[in-house]
Amino acid sequence: MNPIELLAAVVLLPFLAAPVAAWSARINRYAAAWVAGGATLLALALFAWLVAGHIGQMPVATSHAWIEAAGLTFGFRLDGLSLLFTGLILVIGLLIVIYARYYLSPNDSMGRFFAYMMMFMGAMLGVVLSENMINLVIFWELTSLASFLLISYWQHRKEARYGARLALAITGAGGLALLGGVLILGHIVGSYELTDVLANGELIKNHELYAPALILILLGVFTKSAQFPFHFWLPNAMAAPTPVSAYLHSATMVKAGIFLLARFFPALAGTELWVIIVSTAGLITFLLGAYTALFRHDLKGLLAYSTISHLGLITLLFGFGTPLAAVAGIFHIINHATFKASLFMVAGIVDHETGTRDMRRLGGLVKYMPHTAALGMIAAMAMAGVPLFNGFLSKEMFFTESVRVAGDIGPVWLLPILVSLGGLLSVAYSLRFVHDTFFGKPDGDLPKKPHEPPGMMKRPVDLLVVLCLAVGILPALVVGPLLHIAVTGVLQAEPPYYSLSLWHGLNLPLLMSAIALVGGLLIYLYRAPIFRWHARSLAHLDARAVYNRLMELLMRAGAGVTGGLDNGRLGRIVLLTLLFSLLAGLAGYLQTAGLPGVQAALDRGTVEDSGDWVTWLGMLLIIIATVVTAVGHRQRLFALISMSVVGLGVAMIFARFSAPDLAMTQLSVEVVTMILLLLALFYLPQQSRKLSSPARRWRDAGIATGIGGGIAALTYAIISRPFETISGYFLEHSVPGGGGTNVVNVILVDFRGYDTFGEITVLALAALGIFAMLHNLSLPSSRRDPFGRAWSDDPHPLMLRTFAQIILPLTLLFGVYVFLRGHNEPGGGFIAGLIVASALVAQYMAFGIENTERKLHLPIHGIIGAGLLISLGTGLVAMAAGVPFLTSNTWHFTLPLIGEIHLASALGFDLGVFLVVVGSTMLILLNLGRLTDHAIEHPDYASIEASPADGDSRGGRDA
Amino acid sequence: MTNLAISLLIGVLTGAGVYLVLRAQTFPVVLGLTLMSYGVNLFLFTMGRLHTAAPAVVGATEQSADALPQALVLTAIVIAFAMTAFVIVLALKARAALGNDHVDGTHIPQADRVIDRRKEPRA
Repeated sequence: MNPIELLAAVVLLPFLAAPVAAWSARINRYAAAWVAGGATLLALALFAWLVAGHIGQMPVATSHAWIEAAGLTFGFRLDGLSLLFTGLILVIGLLIVIYARYYLSPNDSMGRFFAYMMMFMGAMLGVVLSENMINLVIFWELTSLASFLLISYWQHRKEARYGARLALAITGAGGLALLGGVLILGHIVGSYELTDVLANGELIKNHELYAPALILILLGVFTKSAQFPFHFWLPNAMAAPTPVSAYLHSATMVKAGIFLLARFFPALAGTELWVIIVSTAGLITFLLGAYTALFRHDLKGLLAYSTISHLGLITLLFGFGTPLAAVAGIFHIINHATFKASLFMVAGIVDHETGTRDMRRLGGLVKYMPHTAALGMIAAMAMAGVPLFNGFLSKEMFFTESVRVAGDIGPVWLLPILVSLGGLLSVAYSLRFVHDTFFGKPDGDLPKKPHEPPGMMKRPVDLLVVLCLAVGILPALVVGPLLHIAVTGVLQAEPPYYSLSLWHGLNLPLLMSAIALVGGLLIYLYRAPIFRWHARSLAHLDARAVYNRLMELLMRAGAGVTGGLDNGRLGRIVLLTLLFSLLAGLAGYLQTAGLPGVQAALDRGTVEDSGDWVTWLGMLLIIIATVVTAVGHRQRLFALISMSVVGLGVAMIFARFSAPDLAMTQLSVEVVTMILLLLALFYLPQQSRKLSSPARRWRDAGIATGIGGGIAALTYAIISRPFETISGYFLEHSVPGGGGTNVVNVILVDFRGYDTFGEITVLALAALGIFAMLHNLSLPSSRRDPFGRAWSDDPHPLMLRTFAQIILPLTLLFGVYVFLRGHNEPGGGFIAGLIVASALVAQYMAFGIENTERKLHLPIHGIIGAGLLISLGTGLVAMAAGVPFLTSNTWHFTLPLIGEIHLASALGFDLGVFLVVVGSTMLILLNLGRLTDHAIEHPDYASIEASPADGDSRGGRDA
Repeated sequence: MTNLAISLLIGVLTGAGVYLVLRAQTFPVVLGLTLMSYGVNLFLFTMGRLHTAAPAVVGATEQSADALPQALVLTAIVIAFAMTAFVIVLALKARAALGNDHVDGTHIPQADRVIDRRKEPRA
């Protein structure tokens, strides 16, 4: 396998493991953990093998075309930075899987947990290994989704649901901003491949779109990495199970933002705008997080704010924009991931074994769990930056860089003082974490009697803590090579000289470290007055308040808009839609041409326009019938009849203007539509009542006139212009390509056969939907008309029966004829289907449904199904022969007596169309007709239609 | 002149359809939709321009009408039938379920209360 396929396998493996983990939990609770652990281990092994083979050739990047027109490729990239992050994700992921196996209680669903966890791991690997930026954004959003699912893992808890929603809203919005930024970046460079983007730093920084691109990308970074002012989602995300907090919200996902800063470092960093925005956000976050952490009473709350603070520190380092600062930033990413994941796991153990995380209640645990206490202390010392622990080294580098760039950023003393203050606060909260938990006396009884956790719960922490120490004591040996590779990946160049030794001599950074340590100790010793002051002054400040207020405003605005447009009445919606289209059309008219332009179009009349008065008279008659239908619609039967005049007139227009197929279709559809509407009308009031006021009717008439006038003008404007048809192709290819001379039919069954296939499917679905709706429906009906006359005393008149019998074979034969000639002469499956259906329906009408069914035994559902299958089969046969779906084939052969036979495979398709049309039409009409079986009998319509109080609103009751 | 007449016809069909669709009871709305579909079908058909005595059959006449809009309209006619059938049956279903034929269903005018009273046990 080439390296890119291996990389793809590393990314996809967790995604594949997710469903397996979910499924395996059904067999055995712990199987899910084994699957997750196994997948992670396998991915790690694959990755290690890959790295071992290609470490000299980095960066390795390739892409496979995906949707090239949109600049989308599916590509992966391996360089130092992605190597570092992939290592972190997989190694810490493996440790977390082991830990979580013991952490989750028997009530928790293991399958769901590990499935989500694997989804997250895959997404996160995708983020760090993507070569294409769009790919990267997609994986980025997947991490937000996985994080949402994991935070809300304990769905029954309100704070879990709130925290998940908050995190998704903030990081999801940031993801959108990032997408925007990436699109601009791709536009500037002309490619979405990271290789091209990273190589064109100068081009990007000098481009006029640099500022918007940078700001959008930074919005994505700051939301994901919980930078001020978007930091407040992270503490709420602590409602997740502790393994999730340790993994997503400390070691990996929140570092995705930082990863992006590092990823785009060569392309975006170093400008004034970058330094100002990134370092300001980082500095504020660093200080605010450290300050707030000190006052949290919840262990995980303290760690959450401490994480925010450390993310701020790293952001600040990248904000400096210098290569050496980037080295320090990368180093601190490694160190923070190790000590913070350990601390979270320690907090989880404490919670697990004592039942609380409140530091006001905890204390003295060192007696009950000395091993855990030792782990907590070592990790906390790393966090505080005590010498001989890894945190000290990166913090020392951080101080050094601050001193170095201080002059460029503000007064030369300001930055060193501020960062020392931050360091001091982190010493204080680290002390508090250790002292309030493991020393002193517990306040009141703990929910559980504390004791050491299961051994395997501590092993992951053991390993990380040993790493903290090893890096802290022998940095160059333990972490030197990895750091070198990673920094090369960030800078896309050989890194500058830096020293990884413990002792750099007596200098200002060392002094700052000393001040931080001593000052932190003092603050912790005199914490009581500080805590009181904080409680009085600042404790009530909460960034969530702003967010909640904004969300509330947004919800209210949304509800206002919806409520203003939609009052629950369908008529309102239709009216608004129509009005809007009228206005849009009007705006279009005025914008493109203006009134003079419309006038010019009307005057043009360039196309020769013959005419004969018979046609005009026919059109006039249709217009009159239309108006009569609209005006007289309250007498429903009358309106229906006048509408049938319109329908027939339209068929005549088709016939007049060279569309025999359309005329035949319209004519036969008209027949079945009329039967349909007459049947339906039987169960509806025979008259519409005046429900709207005259003013409203005039308003509607005005809108109708406006829209009708607009459509008329549009039609005229189009058809009075000369035009070039694209049908020439179909005319030319109809015989050679489709084997038929009737171009309309050939288009339907061949050129656009796939469309037709879709359409008959819709037809079949509509028929089945109607069948379902009519099932067991009972409707009130009456044997009398609104005027009190009986409908009919003979449901099956002799005349109808006689003619129906005579006409049936003739009509069927005609149907077959129309069907067969369809490919070459006007006709075809649609028309033949309608003709046959009306002939059959006439039988049912004449002899009654029961009788006819006994005689004919038509399996109507089967006919529809067979039709669809035949159509599909015709297409598939073509595919089996190696040509595209529905490509038709023609055969010519001569039969004795009959002569030359010309057969197109499209005939099979048309047969399917025919069957679907017959079946659907019959299904609809028969089921509607059958309703009479269930109808509720009423003596007459008056009792259905009106109560006595309402007599004046019905016309004609007394007639 | 023929162009003007057909444009006018399409406009009137659409306008009448719009007016009926804005009515408050189901049956006129169905009539309106049907009229509108006539208008739309004619509109699409007219986009291929009007030709007399020139069916789109190869070899039948010297000139041929535009076959493409015809093919589109042919299926549109059948689909419009299916749609009309679906909507009118929906209207029947609504009437059975709600006891009136108002498009909103919720609004029960005086006249249709009779049915509701029949369903409820007598007080």
